[in-house]
Amino acid sequence: MNPWPFVIAAYAIALGGTASLLLWAWRSMRAAEAQADSLKRRT
Amino acid sequence: MHGYANPARFLKFARPATGWFLWIGLLLLVPGILGGLFVTPPDYLQGETVRILYIHVPAAWLGMAGWAGIAAASLAQIVWRHPLSAVAGRAVAPAGAAFAAICLATGSIWGRPTWGTWWEWDGRLTSMLILFFLYLGYIALASAERERGGDGRMAALFGLVGAINLPIIHYSVLWWRTLHQGQSISITGGSSIAPELLWPLPLTLVGFSLLFGAVVLMRMRADLGVAKVEARLRRTLAE
Repeated sequence: MNPWPFVIAAYAIALGGTASLLLWAWRSMRAAEAQADSLKRRT
Repeated sequence: MHGYANPARFLKFARPATGWFLWIGLLLLVPGILGGLFVTPPDYLQGETVRILYIHVPAAWLGMAGWAGIAAASLAQIVWRHPLSAVAGRAVAPAGAAFAAICLATGSIWGRPTWGTWWEWDGRLTSMLILFFLYLGYIALASAERERGGDGRMAALFGLVGAINLPIIHYSVLWWRTLHQGQSISITGGSSIAPELLWPLPLTLVGFSLLFGAVVLMRMRADLGVAKVEARLRRTLAE
């Protein structure tokens, strides 16, 4: 059995999952902080 | 810890720390991944599949460390009513759940060529799957409590009770010796893995941990931002 497809799949899941998690956290943080800042400027 | 009970003081630390955690984490992760994939030799028994070790072990560690963080935040909330503890618990949960899922997926992929099966109801695998379900339960409970304006005490109690699973995961390989191998690395007893195979592991372990920290800080900042918007809207409506 060729082990490389298994190794590549495992790395793709780990790195893809971590990148998606980071992107989601960064986008939600940026959106929340931008909304808080714009509301602060308006009031 | 009480010094950071004030959200403004916490944000003064969290804003620069987020970038540091992210960039140092990536800086450590890249050589660790490249070393694990292309530099280390194949294992005499497992061959090339041993390379999954460098992502599977950090994912398992972070899945468990995440719940330890939830338990610590829950304790701080119940005992000291620390104002940021519920925010911290809610921030850790999705990151912990993601790494528990990565651990289960990479372990299953590792199991197929090594054990000849994708899944076995072995003590370690089953207790890790339970941890993943505990995360889902905690996320659902904490967001329901937040939406209803609760103080998060139910989620905190769930976080403390769920910590019982952590020693079960840790000792499962000793209590039920089935498919999963025993402990190869210990803080006190060194490692049974050859040094030429082991060196990328600390890099990926610390690298993934710092990225985990960056996610937690970003989620806490997002939660505090949303709370700020809600408080300001409430004040505007009241005037």
